[in-house]
Amino acid sequence: MSSENSGQILKINAENKEFKEKIQDLSGEKIDLCFQCGACSSGCPMVQEMDYLPSKIIRMSQLGLKEVLSSKTIWVCTTCFNCEVRCPRGIDIANVMEAIRQVVLRQKFDKVNIDMLTPEELRELPQIAIVSNLRKLTA
Amino acid sequence: MRLAYYPGCTLKTTAKSFDISTLESSKTLGIDLIEPERWNCCGTVHALSKDDVMHHLAPIRNLLRIEEMKKTGIVEESKVITVCAMCYNTLKRANLVFNSDSDKVKKINENMENESSVYNGSVQVEHLLETIKHQGWDNLRNKVKIPLKDLKVAPYYGCLLLRPRGLGIDNADKPSIMEDMIRALGAEPIDFAYKQKCCGSYHTVFMKERVADLSYKILNQAKIAGAEIIVTACPLCEFNLSHRQTEIIKNRSEFKEFPVIYFTQLIALALGLKEDSMVFGENKTDPRPLFKYKGFLKEI
Repeated sequence: MSSENSGQILKINAENKEFKEKIQDLSGEKIDLCFQCGACSSGCPMVQEMDYLPSKIIRMSQLGLKEVLSSKTIWVCTTCFNCEVRCPRGIDIANVMEAIRQVVLRQKFDKVNIDMLTPEELRELPQIAIVSNLRKLTA
Repeated sequence: MRLAYYPGCTLKTTAKSFDISTLESSKTLGIDLIEPERWNCCGTVHALSKDDVMHHLAPIRNLLRIEEMKKTGIVEESKVITVCAMCYNTLKRANLVFNSDSDKVKKINENMENESSVYNGSVQVEHLLETIKHQGWDNLRNKVKIPLKDLKVAPYYGCLLLRPRGLGIDNADKPSIMEDMIRALGAEPIDFAYKQKCCGSYHTVFMKERVADLSYKILNQAKIAGAEIIVTACPLCEFNLSHRQTEIIKNRSEFKEFPVIYFTQLIALALGLKEDSMVFGENKTDPRPLFKYKGFLKEI
């Protein structure tokens, strides 16, 4: 779905199908239910930080496109479940975001490093912030 | 009424005012909250991947502590009261997984090291707002010593008190439980557009500026709607909405500090408890000038 592919016919191969299955298994969501209404994207508090809108991540996942793994979107999702309550098709989009994050994190990848924080920041931040951040963004 | 109480980690450090005001105001309302002798962090967030069992162990261990308290007669019901929105969500969702997926129960029990008993799934996870609601709003109203007359309070729900759908303490689309509480205290609830909007949550760690921007929108919407103060039920929301005001003021010189407190502090104030039960001095944004102006606190 990157710009260099625009105008070309998208061919879905076995690898795409397998990746889509993996996302569905990990998330427990039936992503084919999505009909691209965009309600999730319209209510998302973090879209300004995203490269692909949440609805686009779902479309890419339906097609099994591994480009979602390198998207910025999956890391800035706050798992606030606003998309979940808005989806008219009953998809918990936050679960799909977590599934994609997990595929990356399970390759022993850490998105953030606590050493990046200054001693002052560490003192100020409540542990609820640090624990939840590291739970979501590190392997 | 003696009930088990799970405070969670942050209430023992940066949110002590939440812990103390919870215990003191509950006592006045006839609810004795008893903390388990030992407990561990709930993990703060529910593990969303379907194959993740390991991260359910921490919340289930806490629920096992509650069952033990019931067995030994320390508490009357197999129920745990929480106030932190994230603890509530994590304990409630882990409990739901435990009670709906027998394969996971087997795995959880197999991996539960150093426990003398297994969890039976009997515990009911409840938020203190629900407990007070079940007692009846009149019970709360009748115990008010200082009606918070003419105080305009914006209830900020945030995310995990209400979502995902069906797992929150109230209707995910149109909640009213905090509004009812505010009315019972004699104050006026202020409806505002961003009361269920996310404050940026844990991104406050590495995306401070974005969280400051989201917090500004929430605070500003509450102000525009006419609120004088915000109440919340989450130590992370409280941190973002109050501590991130430092960043907001750096970027917007016209922004004036806006008080944000825990709902239990507001209850303690209306119940006429001593100031050390409210611990207002711990709030980053001091609500005392407002309360003194309104005549709820005495000038020192």
